[in-house]
Amino acid sequence: MNEIGLGHYLTLGAIIFTIGIVGIFLNRKNVIIILMSIELLLLAVNINLVSFSIYLQNLVGQVFTMFILTVAAAEAAVGLAIIVIYYKNKGSINVEHINSLKG
Amino acid sequence: MEYAIVFLPLIGSIAAGFFSKKLGNKLCQIIPSSLVSLSAILSLFIFYKVVFQNYTSNNLIFNWISSGDFNVNWSILIDPLSSIMLIVVTLISSIIHFYSIGYMNKDPHKPRFMAYLSLFTFSMLTLVTADNFLQLFFGWEGVGLCSYFLIGFWYKKPQANAAAIKAFVVNRIGDFGFAIGIFLIFYFYGTLNYNEVFQQTPLLIQKEILFLGVNLNLITLICLMLFVGAMGKSAQILLHTWLPDAMEGPTPVSALIHAATMVTAGVFLVVRCSPIFEYSQTALNVVTVIGMATAFFAATVALVQNDIKKIIAYSTCSQLGYMFFAAGVGAYHVAIFHLFTHAFFKALLFLGSGCVIHSFNEEQDIRLMGGAWKKIPYTYFLMIIGTLALTGFPFLSGYYSKDAIIEFAYLKGDAMGYSAALVGIFTALLTAIYSWRLFFKTFHGKYNNKKNTLFQIHESPLIMLAPTFLLAIGALVSGFLFKEMFIGDHNQDFWNNSILFLQTPSYNHPPLWLVILTPIIVTLSIPVSYYLFIKNKKILKDLVLQNNSLYNFLLNKWYFDEIYNLIFVKPIKKIGLFFWKKIDIGVIDYYGPDGLSKLVKIISFKAGNFQSGYLYHYAFVMLIGFSILLTYLIFA
Repeated sequence: MNEIGLGHYLTLGAIIFTIGIVGIFLNRKNVIIILMSIELLLLAVNINLVSFSIYLQNLVGQVFTMFILTVAAAEAAVGLAIIVIYYKNKGSINVEHINSLKG
Repeated sequence: MEYAIVFLPLIGSIAAGFFSKKLGNKLCQIIPSSLVSLSAILSLFIFYKVVFQNYTSNNLIFNWISSGDFNVNWSILIDPLSSIMLIVVTLISSIIHFYSIGYMNKDPHKPRFMAYLSLFTFSMLTLVTADNFLQLFFGWEGVGLCSYFLIGFWYKKPQANAAAIKAFVVNRIGDFGFAIGIFLIFYFYGTLNYNEVFQQTPLLIQKEILFLGVNLNLITLICLMLFVGAMGKSAQILLHTWLPDAMEGPTPVSALIHAATMVTAGVFLVVRCSPIFEYSQTALNVVTVIGMATAFFAATVALVQNDIKKIIAYSTCSQLGYMFFAAGVGAYHVAIFHLFTHAFFKALLFLGSGCVIHSFNEEQDIRLMGGAWKKIPYTYFLMIIGTLALTGFPFLSGYYSKDAIIEFAYLKGDAMGYSAALVGIFTALLTAIYSWRLFFKTFHGKYNNKKNTLFQIHESPLIMLAPTFLLAIGALVSGFLFKEMFIGDHNQDFWNNSILFLQTPSYNHPPLWLVILTPIIVTLSIPVSYYLFIKNKKILKDLVLQNNSLYNFLLNKWYFDEIYNLIFVKPIKKIGLFFWKKIDIGVIDYYGPDGLSKLVKIISFKAGNFQSGYLYHYAFVMLIGFSILLTYLIFA
């Protein structure tokens, strides 16, 4: 049985990243799902950073990941707050109904 | 002083035209009127100096064009000819300025009217005082422009606009010929200044040039081209159609522009160019024939018209014909003399008819007038003088000048001269008949107006009668006073080389029968017309019934308008419509500006669709863009 190497980690990261992207624009239901997809993108990047950090025997990547996780948590809080306000104002967070950007 | 004469009217025009808000209506009428009057007084003074001190001068205003050998000045030339024109223009113009104050009393655009009148006076003065053909052309176009403005002064009337455009377009045809004449002069003489051109003319008599595939004598061609311009401006037959229509303008305009001054510019041109015309017998013959044809044609048409102003307009046309054939038979001084007297009595007739129209509350049809002479005695009296002077009743102004034309034509002694004299006499008879018809139908007989009762007919105000009265004095005495000086035995002392006569006009006295023939005819026609038009209308009715086709032919002005419509106006309109609808709109606009804007519209519509407003679309585009950027950065 092969040892799990860098390639596998990167593949996992790529898969998660792709899921995140596809989740953003195939999703027609809910803004929260978009938020989750963005989290997924960040996590995919984190996996990349961590795996390279181990591969290169350099801790900087992992330290950076900690920072990103913190920022992502803050960002998720802000994003959820926006969604709550939005829901209060419009009565729906259905993506299909959010098109007030249209000029 | 010469500068003041020319520029005072311009100042008046600017004051009334641009500062009417500040000055108010009253001042806008008084300032131009008094400035033009001042200019008239100064011209009288100049005339006095010219007559008694043989004064001539050429006052440079500035050097207009100086390019290589081509030198044209802007200047004021004073010689006997231009001093007479100065008198005519400024005197009549100032009288009409004052008359207009009364006539345009109810009009809301008085300052505009005054500004146009003064501007016209200025243009006319630059025309007559020019010392070269280019300045002449400037004045020529200036008066044409003002004529256009003033014919279309009541721009809410569609006929007035149509008449203004017609006058402008017909004059354009004449001016085209005139311009070619000037080009020819410049090409072959290398200069446009009168004295240089006139000096060189004898050297070029033999020269022939190829024009439109025909070998023509240069001098003849130049004269004919200049004469085409004169025909347009002076409403000679073929190019006369604009003048009767021009009567849509206010009556003072008709009096000033379309009777006394602008339309005589053509005669002035021929006389001014006498040093060229004298060298081309062909051109002089053409001038004579056209003049005779116009005199006769216009008089016949005037016989049956019913609009008071149209009759007088055709009468003007006919009198201009007299002036032209006078010039054509070599009696330039008599042509100018007739121009001089005609200006007074024709302006008088127009102002008188303006008073009549005013009295009848804007009625112009003479069939709807009549019997009102007791109510408007002053107007009646003034119109008698005007009519007598026009018909050439003995010892009034028209008598001296018109008879002189006929006599000089007779004394010319060739076929052209005799036929001119014959036409002149016959036209004088027609003139007398239509003038008295106008007069009797207007003032005598039954009262025919249904819109106004006889009681409502009122005399015109003093501000209209007084100027008319001044003109009446002019019509009475201008012939008698100036006869000796203009056309007497010693007229050369006065003209002083401003007119060239190759053959000195004959000083023989014409046979007695000729001298008394015209006055007798004219005098006899008064009772005859009274009988025909008032006492016994049945004769005329029968005559009309018997010659219905002839009557209609005359009533429709020899069908000139209809023929022109058929030959020129309609085809050109069709061509114009084709170019407008098919070429301009169909091709140029469709593929040019319209096509471009349509393209932009389509593209922007597509781009607008791109902005759907859905978040996931934006996110998608963002990602795509980001990945393209990344790819570029990686591979670059």
